[in-house]
Amino acid sequence: MCVRRVPDTATRIKIAPDGKSIVTSDAEFVINPFEEYSLEQGVQLKEKHGGELTVLTLGPEKSTSVILKALALGADRAIHLKSENFPDDPSAIARAIAAELKTVEFDVLLFGKKGVDDDNQQVGPMVAELLGIPCATQIVKLDISDGKAVAHREVEGGIIVVETTLPSAFTAEKDLTVPRYASLRELVAARKKPILVKEPQQFPGALETISVQYPPPRPPGRVLGKGVEAVPVLVKVLHEEAKVI
Amino acid sequence: MQGPILVFAESSGSEFRKSAFEAVTEARRLADRSKSEVHALSIGYRIRDQANSLGRFGADKVLVADDESLKLFQPDFYRQIALDLAKKTNPSVILLPATSTGKDLAPRLAIHLNTVVATECTELEISGDDLIATRPAYAGKVLLKVRMGGNPKVATLRPNVFTAKERVPATSPSVESLLFEKPSTRMTVKEFVTSGAKKQDLTEAGVIVSGGRGMGGPENYKILEELAIVMGGVVGASRASVDAGWRPHSDQVGQTGRTVSPTLYIACGISGAIQHRVGMINSKVIVAINRDPEAPIFGFADYGIVGDVFEVVPALTREMRRYYGKS
Repeated sequence: MCVRRVPDTATRIKIAPDGKSIVTSDAEFVINPFEEYSLEQGVQLKEKHGGELTVLTLGPEKSTSVILKALALGADRAIHLKSENFPDDPSAIARAIAAELKTVEFDVLLFGKKGVDDDNQQVGPMVAELLGIPCATQIVKLDISDGKAVAHREVEGGIIVVETTLPSAFTAEKDLTVPRYASLRELVAARKKPILVKEPQQFPGALETISVQYPPPRPPGRVLGKGVEAVPVLVKVLHEEAKVI
Repeated sequence: MQGPILVFAESSGSEFRKSAFEAVTEARRLADRSKSEVHALSIGYRIRDQANSLGRFGADKVLVADDESLKLFQPDFYRQIALDLAKKTNPSVILLPATSTGKDLAPRLAIHLNTVVATECTELEISGDDLIATRPAYAGKVLLKVRMGGNPKVATLRPNVFTAKERVPATSPSVESLLFEKPSTRMTVKEFVTSGAKKQDLTEAGVIVSGGRGMGGPENYKILEELAIVMGGVVGASRASVDAGWRPHSDQVGQTGRTVSPTLYIACGISGAIQHRVGMINSKVIVAINRDPEAPIFGFADYGIVGDVFEVVPALTREMRRYYGKS
């Protein structure tokens, strides 16, 4: 399964002086939340069916912290495609991951639905297409038996149930699992688990970021009053001033 | 820019989604600027009779793949149809709605066409042979402007951001059926299980009544549902209330939930933490109802009422019922 290091969702994001990138030096980094759900799914599958759970990360030296966390939470080994300046381009990332996975045998490939940093939501299905395996995106439930997977995809207005043969890829939606916590003992033990460090294959990106800006501020609002007395005022301003009803 | 603009006109059942009309409208605007045609691709079952309606929004040509096996989104089938068409017509731009289907299909297409996707765009502009896309990142804490060169440029459009505009007079598009030969696949789509009475999706809703920790428990969402029904809207929820198990994750607005941009967002008992804020800040009008006058939500709501949600919300429902003449 693939994990990625991202700034915590409570972090305020600062734009760098060049106006084209983000300052990450004082951000707090965590495992991408959607990959906490897929990691937990991987651990649960291992507990139920046996096998080995490998965690793969493409990222800088600093990604080691999330790899160790994943190992503490139940992964057996890790592959770290280490690159300090890999292009921030989902197609380049997907090609590098797919190139590595062509050398690895697996039944189930798990991703988060998206990274909460760049919100691209592309790498999982791209990797699956490159490998020629099925991919069910945004899943909230996964059952594996007899070489087949049944997954529930969360879509507008409901759930689409799909069945795939293995090997197959999945991208996790939030409801997939409830992630566990690692104990101190597991955190210590994680340091003894093998991490294979390699350089990723390089691919050109197709997206060029030309600027990063803060969204325009909203005009200041106002408090209309206290309690139920303010309700008729609200209906009036929504109709006459905001013109939304 | 050379080549037509291809737009995936997503349907649900035998009707086009609102976001399909939005995408066709935006495709028309880009096509007018680059003097090219709008080709709309419709994939589904019993959708052919509706194909003409895409002309109202400016499609010159509608290409329809209509087959029972296409009733629900099947990634391998949809990808093959769209990819075959793209390889035949060499579009300069491919637009898709940023729905669960659009965001699944777009990267599959892009990787086979040696390109990438600009996800959840909120603005597109042509610059010479390039397309400049504005898209939020870090859940909208920042806006990125990205340049896409080469052909095709693939972008998904955030629902409710682009306005669907009917053309006067409407064009009458040519409608062409696409031959669909099922490619081999290792995925079977079994069934669609609806989540019940909810008619609109959060991302496409005009009015959202959202509840947070201040609702106190799952049973209390009834008052929000009543208000939502009167206003023709849907109910949303904060992360705190979803994590507490009061509401399903599909209702969650925020960084690990949905990003919404309704006309009116009514936040009830929601403090306004940054990860919630980023999911709803692009609503046209935000109303906050909260007991705590110091709650951060009052810092970015357009209108606020300081008060108990259990008193204010039912009063608002009564007032709205009177307003809409539904008493």
